[in-house]
Amino acid sequence: MLDQIIHSKSEPGHIWPSESLTRVPYWIFQDRDTYVAEQKLIFQGPSWNYLCLSVELKNTGDFITTFVGDTSVIVARDSDGELYAFENRCAHRGALIALEQRGNTKDFSCVYHAWTYDRQGNLRGVAFKDGIKGKGGMPASFCMEEHNPRKLRLAEAFGIVFGSFSNDVPPLEEHLGEEIYSRIGRVMNGRTPVVLGRFTQALPNNWKLYMENVKDSYHASILHLFFTTFELNRLSQTGGIIVDPSGGHHISFSAIEPDAAKDNEYAEQDIRSDSEFKLADPSLLQSFKEFPDNVTLQILSVFPTFVLQQIQNAIAVRQVVPRGTGRTDLHWTLLGFAEDTPEQRLVRLKQANLVGPAGYISMEDGCVGGFVQRGIAGASGEQAVIEMGGADTDSSESRVTEASVRGFWKAYRARMGM
Amino acid sequence: MIQDVVNLINHVQGAYVRCIDNGQLEAWPDFFEENCTYKITTADNYAQGLEAGVIFANSRGMLRDRVASLREANIYERHVYRHFLGQPWILAEDSADVSSETSFFVARIMRGGATDVYATGRYLDVYRLNGGAPKIRERIVVCDSSRFDTLLALPL
Repeated sequence: MLDQIIHSKSEPGHIWPSESLTRVPYWIFQDRDTYVAEQKLIFQGPSWNYLCLSVELKNTGDFITTFVGDTSVIVARDSDGELYAFENRCAHRGALIALEQRGNTKDFSCVYHAWTYDRQGNLRGVAFKDGIKGKGGMPASFCMEEHNPRKLRLAEAFGIVFGSFSNDVPPLEEHLGEEIYSRIGRVMNGRTPVVLGRFTQALPNNWKLYMENVKDSYHASILHLFFTTFELNRLSQTGGIIVDPSGGHHISFSAIEPDAAKDNEYAEQDIRSDSEFKLADPSLLQSFKEFPDNVTLQILSVFPTFVLQQIQNAIAVRQVVPRGTGRTDLHWTLLGFAEDTPEQRLVRLKQANLVGPAGYISMEDGCVGGFVQRGIAGASGEQAVIEMGGADTDSSESRVTEASVRGFWKAYRARMGM
Repeated sequence: MIQDVVNLINHVQGAYVRCIDNGQLEAWPDFFEENCTYKITTADNYAQGLEAGVIFANSRGMLRDRVASLREANIYERHVYRHFLGQPWILAEDSADVSSETSFFVARIMRGGATDVYATGRYLDVYRLNGGAPKIRERIVVCDSSRFDTLLALPL
């Protein structure tokens, strides 16, 4: 099926140009048929897709609506205490079952013809099923059990809920691998997350351009000048990139070396005295020590579209939702933890200025994908060059590499059969 | 008395949006008290009592840092806003402070000429009157929508 989609193209530009991971053809960000194939092979294929946080559905009957690719999905907590997820699509004529983003309900009823579903996504009622006064109604052969919206498998990692339409994807922990899984645990750290705010950033570009950006540690110190302008990042830092064997998941991290950390205070004084620009209110970056290690930045992604971010004490989940070939919604959920002191909470509110649509170090990511999308218009046969750090997808201690971008394409091509 | 206060707030707010729309961002922090709160959030977050903002500042220094960063560090395509404000609705007032709510409508004009509705919402304000020269002690910018197109660089 996919082979037909990819290779039935008359334009030669729609065939992947080489075996190497160092070239990415621009039509991949523009082509409508590719977008349709992604929905089937990636989002509805053997992926674990981020759905929500378990803590957002505390009580029996709590539900949220979210997205897996284009597909609207309901997640609900039933009276057995378990979470269930199913398509937000009435089995009758396809209308949305739930219209609200969140709420609490005994059951779900489609507004169109009042077909009702329980909180596990089972069809429980069909209005006028037996007709009126013996006339009309559904045929006797109609079996409600055979008409449910598609259900998703669910799995949780440290309070983060993932869903899959596929019965073939391995269990979540195995799918993520030890390194990725344990570093999700590092951030959540056995604590109870608290949602501090939610925002959606509408990106004028293909979803894959945002995921490339997330995985691209090369651009960070070049595009994002906040730290360098205010000379806030001079401490010698260690760090690295971890790419999982599939290529699809990654971690980029940096840490303050313990010796440098000791000199932190002195170094900050030094920075302020000879920097041309300085913060009028440096309390923005007064962090508290949250983790036993010295890692001050950890960006973690799970293929295809999940990001967990720790930038100092700014913790957030980012969910990437494709909206067509040239549009993407980026859903930010900013997190604190129930264990936070009031002072720690205030630090998180201040450091939230670093991220989101107005983030000192993330607002550029909202426009740079659009610069590419516009830049490649009319150049579908041309290719991106992704050779920084070589041609492989190996983990490395250097972040001046595009290894995890290549990793994304390795996983993508495997899934798409390209 | 109410009309006097409305006129006063109207006047200050007119100057505030003129400052932003004319690109004089360096003067923007001066509309605030030294100890102030400025937060941009969404109607959903506000209704649910969620604390975090798209922008959050609790000092005039943080507002100055915003402007400095926009001028020197952040990279974004050139654009301007055009604010349209409704009449301030006075929620409470005493001799020192006035609380008010004002609707806003902000169009964004991009470098290439595209003009879009960028944001609508309301300012929830506390002004310190300072004997006829009011300054903002708290401004919560509650955007009606939770979606922000591309980025939010210039203040609202």
